[in-house]
Amino acid sequence: MRKTILAILVLGLSLPVAGVAAAASGGAELKKIEWSWQGAFGQYDRAELQRGLQVYKEVCAACHGLRLIAFRNLMDLGYTENQVKGFAKQYEVQNKEPNDEGEMFNRPGLPADRFVSPFPNEQAARAANGGAYPPDLSLIVKARAGGADYLYSLMVGYADAPAGVKPPAENLQYNLHFPGNWIAMPPPLSEGAVEYADGTKATADQMARDLTAFLAWAAMPELEQRKQMGLAVMMFLVVFTGLLIATKKKVWEKVDKA
Amino acid sequence: MEKQTYSNPIIRWIDDRLPVFSFMDHEYNQFPMPKNLNYWWNFGALASICLVVLIVTGIVLAMHYTAESTMAFDSVERIMRDVNYGWLIRYIHANGASMFFIVVYIHIFRGLYYGSYKNPRELLWILGVVILLLMMGTAFMGYVLPWGQMSFWGAKVITNLFSAIPIIGEPIVEWLWGGFTVGNPTLNRFYSLHYLLPFVLIGVVGMHVAALHVTGSNNPDGIEMKGPQDSVPFNPYFTAKDSVGMGVFLIVWAGFVFYAPDYLGHPDNYIEANSLVTPPHIVPEWYFLPFYAILRSITFDIWFIEAKLIGVVLMFASILVLFVLPWLDTSKVRSCRYRPTYRWFFWLLVADCIVLGVVGAKSPDDPVLGFEMFKYVHLGMLGTAYYFFHFLILLPLLGKIETPKPLPDSISRSVTGGGGGAAIGATSAKGEKA
Repeated sequence: MRKTILAILVLGLSLPVAGVAAAASGGAELKKIEWSWQGAFGQYDRAELQRGLQVYKEVCAACHGLRLIAFRNLMDLGYTENQVKGFAKQYEVQNKEPNDEGEMFNRPGLPADRFVSPFPNEQAARAANGGAYPPDLSLIVKARAGGADYLYSLMVGYADAPAGVKPPAENLQYNLHFPGNWIAMPPPLSEGAVEYADGTKATADQMARDLTAFLAWAAMPELEQRKQMGLAVMMFLVVFTGLLIATKKKVWEKVDKA
Repeated sequence: MEKQTYSNPIIRWIDDRLPVFSFMDHEYNQFPMPKNLNYWWNFGALASICLVVLIVTGIVLAMHYTAESTMAFDSVERIMRDVNYGWLIRYIHANGASMFFIVVYIHIFRGLYYGSYKNPRELLWILGVVILLLMMGTAFMGYVLPWGQMSFWGAKVITNLFSAIPIIGEPIVEWLWGGFTVGNPTLNRFYSLHYLLPFVLIGVVGMHVAALHVTGSNNPDGIEMKGPQDSVPFNPYFTAKDSVGMGVFLIVWAGFVFYAPDYLGHPDNYIEANSLVTPPHIVPEWYFLPFYAILRSITFDIWFIEAKLIGVVLMFASILVLFVLPWLDTSKVRSCRYRPTYRWFFWLLVADCIVLGVVGAKSPDDPVLGFEMFKYVHLGMLGTAYYFFHFLILLPLLGKIETPKPLPDSISRSVTGGGGGAAIGATSAKGEKA
């Protein structure tokens, strides 16, 4: 009986996700990567995150925003405060308040500013991209079924369309993992698209991994703190529950024997 | 209630004027509980833990949340990224809703298995169904607040149900929305009500507990306590036993919060609401899936009644039928332990609800296990039909034709298999107090 109930609970909990995962793929099975941040003790790899930031900045940022991330957050990637200040300065940011003449003005970015999106609004983005909308990437890993594996698979999932399959519109690329298989984004990562500061060879696969790691961090910056705290909470709860079980046994001794 | 005298003069002074200490002593210290309760009786206490944690975390979230349609999504992300431990508070709250439902569903099925809704506990049961309805309303409106794609489209689908009502349907929907679509006024009123309803819940939970303390708890044998030998005082016996359940439950909850915080959510809700882009599959949270399946399982008009209206009526009826359950079940025997036939049908009902949950998560046109002829919508029809068959036909008949097993003479006899047993603590606890 207990096993039945457990099985029912497990089944019940796994259903919604199973339904979701089936709904949003392009048909091909996602490539599963062992990411460094997975598992109960998983952490981000700082070098990987820094390379991913470089890929984002030099390739993706032309079309995709990262509007929820502030430059100061980049200190999480292992940069110093001065490095972050220098990084922020490369961006031109419109000040939130007007100047003394009442005019809005641009100034170099500060660590407190957030990444500046490449287009002022969705319409401008669509107009510049043949009608397609390059989504903001701040939450992309959490906002797609399959998460990091989906994003990585999409990056490396460009292929020739099966014989006889025609694109429904012009300027679409065939991708094994994009829902409906036809995506407006051209293959973004070609070998050598960036020259890594740390000397790592910039293969398409390497860049896809690094970028996915960086965007996982962007979506879940709390992950490391969460897992560390989770470990402490779990250890406490297990010991605490053990004590509660012992207490209960002691309290019920007389009744259970009667 | 027996008059207490307290040796501490301050406590005595207060208790003579407002008997809070006597009350707590009577209701939570000495209160006699059947001594044969198993761990399935933990879930009422666990549900109240959920309610308190949800209210506390919710109040903190409300300090940082902005209920305005252009800012709501970003304000939630600000909580996740910039508010100290905001991610923790939000994940406890969001997963807490799921925990509340799983606990309450188990609590309800426990009541169904052991016949806890039967005379004299009908009103206790009915108040429980009211709690379930309030929880559903609260959870639905809470899910709208982050203003993601599923928030928006879930709100649109569910509020649109009311448009199925003939003639006044459309005006009602517009009145609910505060406009001609789900928008800022909708978000604002949902926020207001999401904050209000939990406090209404506390009131109804108070009545639920008050009614419980009139009749006392049912128990796995489904027979009443006949004397002190059948009971133990609430404290320390059930404070200890409920605490064990609490410990295990908190491990499960923390497991979700720290290691799989978005597992029970939907990825689309991390995309900001957009009224121009409809998600390919609009699915509610997992705890609404069986009801969603019932809603979608009616695809045919009956005479002049539209399919949509029938679906809506059946969805609400699937909960409303629980209100009259005490009178639909004609068996005088409460517990499944002594109802050999009903026990099988109970598990069939559990399976039916899970099947309906699966159907709710799937696209109606998908084939079941690859059978092209048999789609999920058909499975949903069968599941819906069985659900109502169980309550409306099976339960009234079964009580008349089933031969129950003989009931034990008393709880202690069934527990010990022997004589009356000694009264434990029930009368002596008072003497030990200060």
